[in-house]
Amino acid sequence: MNSGVDFTENASVSEELESVVVRFSGDSGDGMQLTGMQFTDTAALLGNDLSTFPDYPSEIRAPIGTVAGVSGFQVHFGSKEIYTPGDSFDVLVAMNAAALKVDLPKLKRGGIIIANISGFDRKNLGLAKYPEGADPLNDGSLDNYVVHKIDISKHTKDCLIDSGLGTKEIERSKNMFVLGLLFWMFDKPLEHTIEFIESKFAKKPEIAKANIKTLNAGYNYCESTEIFINRFKVSPAKLPAGVYRNITGNHATAIGLIAASEKAELPLFLGSYPITPASDILHELSKYKANGVKTYQAEDEIAGICSAIGAAYVGNLAVTTTSGPGMALKTEAAGLATMLEIPLVIINVQRGGPSTGLPTKTEQSDLLMAMHGRHGESPLVVLAATSPSDCFNVVYEACRIAIEHMTPVIFLSDGYIANGSEPWRFPSGDSLQKIKVSFLKSPNGDNGEILPYKRDEKLVRPWIIPGSKGMEHRIGGLEKENETGNVSYNHHNHELMVNLRAEKINKIADYIPLAKPDTGNEKAKLLVLGWGSTYGTIKTAVREAIKEGYDVAHIHLKYINPFPKNLGELLNCYDKVLIPEMNKGQLLQLIRAKYMIDAKGFSKVQGLPFTTIEIKEKIAEMLS
Amino acid sequence: MESVTEQNIKLTSKDFSSDQEVKWCPGCGDYSILKQAQTIFPDINVPKENLVFISGIGCSSRFTYYMDTFGMHSIHGRAAAIASGVKAANPELSVWIVSGDGDSFSIGGNHLIHSLRKNFNFNYLVFNNQIYSLTKGQYSPTSEKSKITKSTPYGSIEDPFNPPELALGANAAFVSRTIDRDPKHMQMVLRRANDFKGTSFVEIYQNCPVFNDGAFFIFTEKETKKEEALFLEQGKPLIFGQNDEKGIMITDSFTCKIVNYKEEGIAPENLWIHDEKNKTKAFLLSQFVNMEQNGEMFPRPFGILYAVERPVYEESLISQINAIQAKKGKMTLDRILSGDKTWVIA
Ligand SMILES: Cc1ncc(C[n+]2csc(CCOP(=O)(O)OP(=O)(O)O)c2C)c(N)n1
Ligand code: SF4
Ligand SMILES: [Mg+2]
Repeated sequence: MNSGVDFTENASVSEELESVVVRFSGDSGDGMQLTGMQFTDTAALLGNDLSTFPDYPSEIRAPIGTVAGVSGFQVHFGSKEIYTPGDSFDVLVAMNAAALKVDLPKLKRGGIIIANISGFDRKNLGLAKYPEGADPLNDGSLDNYVVHKIDISKHTKDCLIDSGLGTKEIERSKNMFVLGLLFWMFDKPLEHTIEFIESKFAKKPEIAKANIKTLNAGYNYCESTEIFINRFKVSPAKLPAGVYRNITGNHATAIGLIAASEKAELPLFLGSYPITPASDILHELSKYKANGVKTYQAEDEIAGICSAIGAAYVGNLAVTTTSGPGMALKTEAAGLATMLEIPLVIINVQRGGPSTGLPTKTEQSDLLMAMHGRHGESPLVVLAATSPSDCFNVVYEACRIAIEHMTPVIFLSDGYIANGSEPWRFPSGDSLQKIKVSFLKSPNGDNGEILPYKRDEKLVRPWIIPGSKGMEHRIGGLEKENETGNVSYNHHNHELMVNLRAEKINKIADYIPLAKPDTGNEKAKLLVLGWGSTYGTIKTAVREAIKEGYDVAHIHLKYINPFPKNLGELLNCYDKVLIPEMNKGQLLQLIRAKYMIDAKGFSKVQGLPFTTIEIKEKIAEMLS
Repeated sequence: MESVTEQNIKLTSKDFSSDQEVKWCPGCGDYSILKQAQTIFPDINVPKENLVFISGIGCSSRFTYYMDTFGMHSIHGRAAAIASGVKAANPELSVWIVSGDGDSFSIGGNHLIHSLRKNFNFNYLVFNNQIYSLTKGQYSPTSEKSKITKSTPYGSIEDPFNPPELALGANAAFVSRTIDRDPKHMQMVLRRANDFKGTSFVEIYQNCPVFNDGAFFIFTEKETKKEEALFLEQGKPLIFGQNDEKGIMITDSFTCKIVNYKEEGIAPENLWIHDEKNKTKAFLLSQFVNMEQNGEMFPRPFGILYAVERPVYEESLISQINAIQAKKGKMTLDRILSGDKTWVIA
């Protein structure tokens, strides 16, 4: 429906659409996240390409019925390639007045509203702070939309009257009625959700039965009432052949770490302290005990990274996960890991800052902190994932670099891709590149000494783990003498070591891919340069702009420190460079400082991702 | 005939001494601690390569550089957090934390209490000199109230921590105290700490001749030692005094009293008999610091105040992993990559 179909003027039955954006919106307690995820799973299983955007408040249960308590789940699915959750919606499910109030501005003109009537009584209208006497469902203010008013609460109650369940449990099932409606509307089968319910409530068969019954009731309601004149079909997308699954960024990150640990043949250790939006990585990894994964919930973020340093010291693939505030606490220990030169993966799932900021909203504002947020000259590797499934690739790469180059690596994700999901043509275990590990087991000095800081051609020092007979030695945070690692306060030695540590990181550029345009040519009037989670939006915008005749290209960075070797050269092939970021211009500073080009920034710090239109308008403006 | 393998060669204390020059001030109590550690290590039944010292920052924490074992001199206050990861990742290693009173009770307080609670099987040594030495003499969380230091020229206004009380409060499984100037006692305590399975908390009174000289002399000098120090022995009565004439009893109302048992005709077996398995008694012992009777301070207890084993963190971790592994079996990487729900696009 990106083609701009207006439902108000459309009466045909079972119409074929290229892509649709549905927004499920309701109170935090209405189960919109689960509803959206179930709808997504079914769409994915039927071969649609898609992208999701869960958007929830930071309060667990904000006051019921208020604008603050609105929880949304957005899914964009289609028969074409989908890279973003969509700028605006075609269908809005509004479980109450507050949901309508929050999300109506982004509903396309002519779009469909499915409104739960009982969420629009006087009390709910009041809670949503509609002016006294306002009645949006009936006062004509929604005339530009197709409004379906359904008493979802009542239908659910009627359906479960004999179920023996209490009022609360019955009320809680109403999201299944909605899901049934949507499945009918988009001509999708119920079976995947039924399977899900049966397994989720295996131990509570009466709840399972009630949910399935309500789901069917929603579906049948459409069939029998003919309330919807339109029924839509979104065919499977023509994606590359293969086996797919649906995955969120945090989930992909977790299994990327497991994959790296298997391919490096090292045990996986995670030291972490819970924080939104990173906790799901801890949750997910904690399930893999049977694979020997050790997750350690530490007493704070400092202990999270320190325990990981301890585990790395004794030869594990060690990881710590957090978000902004926790990242701040880890900085001193990250400096220690840089000084020790041990492998460590530090994951920052960014959120809106500073301070507690916008805990459940997204931002890319920790880039400069990742680059520079340690005392002293303490360079380390910084990588950023571009999409939910790309978290797998990039975190895997983070592990590879950490181990093969004996360095801490900061992996940046953010709330948008961490919680968002997309179909993923996952790799087979065999196809993953092996990660080379070697522990030094015998002295490496010419005279039989142990030289823990003697470097190889990559400037990498050996990994010597406790338990290796005859290899006893000390390491620490004090400056060390070159090669021996003994404490040294010699000023020339310090400068040498500072330079060696920096050069080691720079040299990694020889072991990573070169930059190249993702969309467009190696020469154009305008380059849009992005990093991290803005990938899908920039790609979509640039593709559309090219179609419209603009001379523009898109390069997206996953390697931020070090940059790909050819980046400077490549940047010079474009007349203008635009850098959109969900911050106040942090990559912009790095690029301008390093390559001395007059790149222009485009920033958005609303806790929300860019929309395609915003980027497109900026492209047009830059080229006009 | 058995050939001589490296295993058979008995190590000596010299084998635990690194090639680095020891740089503590002359007369520093840390020397004695280093010496006692090096003395016991040849026969504690741990292969040398399995010994790992993790220290924080402070004069005390330099210890790591002087031991010819594996070691990490880390950052201020975080040794216990690093050691937790070491132990969780490799339970085989014999891990020794070396820390100071500032390192452990100020900046590292959080890691201290949680490691005691989680009960990793490691040894936690705190060199308590009741001062920040490395930073040249500010009061510490164990400095006595009213202490005059560089940062408290008019006297500190804070009450100090009482380390054994703090440790017991954090549910420590092993709580002990020893002192730099009593080598034999320190060796005994270090051996007990090594043998104990669980977090062995060892407070070591350590003299800093430069910034807090003599803080513990009453427990070591001939004239006062016997009156002021009480050396605990399991199953033995609590006896002290110039001529071993004084004993301690617990009344029915759980208060403690000092008795001149010889004069009063009390049989030694009727005095308080030390029982390191009794937490209530251990707690009372920890309170001696502030107890007095008719103006006479109670003696300071040295030795093992409390030692009761309970499940250690890394063993529980491994046994949970084993149990789940036995029940579920290892998941293949392909299975993890595919998840439960997949679809095929042809
Ligand atoms: C994060 C941090 N804060 C402060 C310091 C400075 N500092 C180093 S050692 C120390 C206190 C040491 O006292 P203590 O732990 O009692 O050790 P001691 O030197 O007395 O053995 C301080 C405050 C530091 N190194 N790191
Ligand atoms: S300052 Fe005190 S504690 Fe530090 S080395 Fe000198 S005597 Fe020892
Ligand atoms: Mg001290």
